[in-house]
Amino acid sequence: MSSGDRYVFAAYTVVLVTVLVYLLIIALKVSRLDRELGELARRARERRAQEEQDEREQATVG
Amino acid sequence: MRNSRPALFALATLVLLGGGIALALFWVPDDADQGFSQRIFYIHVPIALTAYACFGWGAWKALRLLWLRDERYDLESYTAVHIGLIFGVLTLVTGSIWARTSWGVWWTWSSRQLVMFLVLFLFYAAYFMLRYSVEPGRRRANISAVYALFGVVLVPISFLAIRLSSDLIHPVVLKKSGPDMAGSMFLVFCICLAGMLSLAATMYNVELTGKRLDGHLRELREALA
Repeated sequence: MSSGDRYVFAAYTVVLVTVLVYLLIIALKVSRLDRELGELARRARERRAQEEQDEREQATVG
Repeated sequence: MRNSRPALFALATLVLLGGGIALALFWVPDDADQGFSQRIFYIHVPIALTAYACFGWGAWKALRLLWLRDERYDLESYTAVHIGLIFGVLTLVTGSIWARTSWGVWWTWSSRQLVMFLVLFLFYAAYFMLRYSVEPGRRRANISAVYALFGVVLVPISFLAIRLSSDLIHPVVLKKSGPDMAGSMFLVFCICLAGMLSLAATMYNVELTGKRLDGHLRELREALA
């Protein structure tokens, strides 16, 4: 491989690696969003269960 | 239809950029002057033009924000500048590699085209410093929009610098009289340009969706706190 060929290879590799790094960053971001959304869904379920329990307790007292 | 847009752009990128790069490496003839190393042209110039397009798109969204007072354009303008900056880094890196193989140096301050592009890049890099030094809200959106609009003035200056300069270092292939290259070379260049624009559009849509999701999650977190 000549010197010119190596530079062409380097330029195309830089572009490819950048796209792959970008993909990796997006993948990490998506997994973080998934984790946070799961946490919020769990909190929402807990809150709903708490509200239902409070309603039942009020109905029993009334 | 709106949700399938990133997938369509991704598919177009795969076909156009994959095909374009394959043609650039294995099909087009060697340049008479530079030989095989001229093939960097097929990614370097489309990347630079895509960076200009992203900055232009960011300015257009900034103008819409200032004109229509719609907050969603702030995020769209910011995302376009963000993607433009990624392409800006790639322009500088691939350009530097090409300079090394063609001129024997990684960088030369005597070429106005290179210096103007660096100025443009640094101007948009400073956009992020400005944006994150102001509290989120209407004021930040307006300041960022005005800055993005000022920056886009540098795009035609950067593009024309090569034509106005007389340093003769940076080659000019896209002239008023038409492209100064063989038909097959110009065809591959156009395919690579379309591929790069598709890649930028894919990244823009994915990034924008991610940022919007982040915003919705923040709202949800506040509502459930």
